Amino acid sequence: MVLLLQQILNGIMLGSVYSLVALGLTLIYGILHIPNFAHGHKYMLAAFTSFFLVTNYHTNYWVALVIAMAVLGLVGMGVERWVYRPLRNAPHINSFIAAIGLLLMIESIALILFGADFRRFPPLYDRPIQLFGLSVTLQRLLVILAAALLIFLLQLFLKRTWLGATIEAVAQSPEGAQFVGISIDRVSSLTFGLGTALAAAAATLITPIFLVYPTMGSGPNLKAFVVIIIGGMGSIPGAVIGGLMLGLIESLGGGFISTDYKDIFAFGALVTFLTFRPMGLFGKGAR
Amino acid sequence: MKSGRTSWLVAGLIALALIFPQFVTNKYYLNILIMSGIWSIVASSLNLVLGYTGQVNLAHGAFFGIGAYASALMMLKLHLNFWLALPLAAALAGFFGFLIGLPALRTRGSYFAIGTLCFNIIVTLIIDRWEGLTEGARGLMGIPGPAPIPIPWIGPIAFKTLTAQYYLVLGFLFLTLFAMKRILNSLVGRTFRAIRGNEELAEAVGIPAMRVKLLSFTTSCFFAGIGGVLYASYIGFLSPELTDYHVSFDSLVYIMIGGVGTMAGPIIGTLLFVTIPETLHVAAEYRLFVYGLILILMIIYLPRGIVGGIGSLMGKKTKGVP
Repeated sequence: MVLLLQQILNGIMLGSVYSLVALGLTLIYGILHIPNFAHGHKYMLAAFTSFFLVTNYHTNYWVALVIAMAVLGLVGMGVERWVYRPLRNAPHINSFIAAIGLLLMIESIALILFGADFRRFPPLYDRPIQLFGLSVTLQRLLVILAAALLIFLLQLFLKRTWLGATIEAVAQSPEGAQFVGISIDRVSSLTFGLGTALAAAAATLITPIFLVYPTMGSGPNLKAFVVIIIGGMGSIPGAVIGGLMLGLIESLGGGFISTDYKDIFAFGALVTFLTFRPMGLFGKGAR
Repeated sequence: MKSGRTSWLVAGLIALALIFPQFVTNKYYLNILIMSGIWSIVASSLNLVLGYTGQVNLAHGAFFGIGAYASALMMLKLHLNFWLALPLAAALAGFFGFLIGLPALRTRGSYFAIGTLCFNIIVTLIIDRWEGLTEGARGLMGIPGPAPIPIPWIGPIAFKTLTAQYYLVLGFLFLTLFAMKRILNSLVGRTFRAIRGNEELAEAVGIPAMRVKLLSFTTSCFFAGIGGVLYASYIGFLSPELTDYHVSFDSLVYIMIGGVGTMAGPIIGTLLFVTIPETLHVAAEYRLFVYGLILILMIIYLPRGIVGGIGSLMGKKTKGVP
């Protein structure tokens, strides 16, 4: 029973990180209809940014989180401007290839600058807490709480502010949005910045539990893609629910069936979904 | 349909490829050419489903790996002859392609790309973890090369030397290209291109889209499997990384750089990307950076690759691009 609860809690923690990464991806997909395959590599850059801020510059962890989000938001906007914008009217496969090029570049930059070593975050909130007979470190709870807060804020932003409304408008109908005077360029840039900042938040939240290294992004990247297919591409509730589902599938499968094949459960879930419900939970039909 | 000038060019290039080892006996260059030949087979087979049928398959590394591992295991554990293992392993890769194609090809566009990518990851994970069969991360060692072919009166043809290996790979490359050409010029090949152009329209004129896509996908996987078998017997060592999605990405890069949906494109792209980094001797991390940069610049400024670019320079009608 304790083991089950422990695995569920782990699953929710993993799932909230997947949700954050997938939210960025799904926002970007909703606006630009491109599978931004380099998303996970920006997640990695964010992890390094906050790692160096905390270890070398002794920045407060939460300040580092905000700085990493801002820096990566700018990186995301630059990427949109210089790589994806010239390809907006090209076939989608071209953007996908550009994303692969971007991924190779970012990974090599990280290897050149930081080397291939694994780094460990200094311990921050690793004091164990007793919760319903479970022993959990504070960091794990903080991951869940901070992710929930960010998802809530994102929802407020999208539903209650003008700027957020323009994003929804472009996602629903780019032509209609342009017709009422919304600049597609500006919304694309904003969405890319926002989506990348969410990945940065996810990375900063989880790295004190895992390790920091140049290829750390590829796992969450692929998982986030699994999430947005399960949830339906472009769907925000789909990304949140899909992320939590994936986290639970992984931690329960890993805990009770086999840790060796932990990752297979995630990708197996995807193949099952593609077979039986190719448009995902909240999707409006496969494209 | 082909102009006379192009036929002469192709004939000249084939002749050049055939006599090449007579001039260059340097083992290093021969090795690079053999590797280019193997990867050209893989890239050309991906081009059939990606370039001509318009389905972005990112599981090609898995089918390459299934062919390689299946043939290696057949030769090592069942002691089958190379010439028996080759068609069996390629057929197995094709069969897996059929099984995966059934669910995956129901989806389109990005969904298909990501679905196949995830399938690739599953295959690599299974090969990595199923140590009883595949030796896991330690890899399979000592895979035998092709057995000599006994020919009456002339004596057996052995594949001991690099030159012989070169001709073996070249032979299979020609076979692959010949098969592609025949398929694409047939009525079936036209239905492939019809689906690339517009799947709904193709269905409306009576093309069974699912069956045609499945045929293209299975054929493509079969030839990827052949590439895998040749790789396994040439290198003699296999590890799980050889089946992972980076192999799919590499093939995709070769095709896009060379020219998607053209016969020569995958070969030109492979030759460039295998030979240039090998001969330049740059550090791996800088090489990745240059790869990435070239890829982005090419896709923005020259999206139809080198062949497409030359084609538009010579004022030929546009071809390709899914």
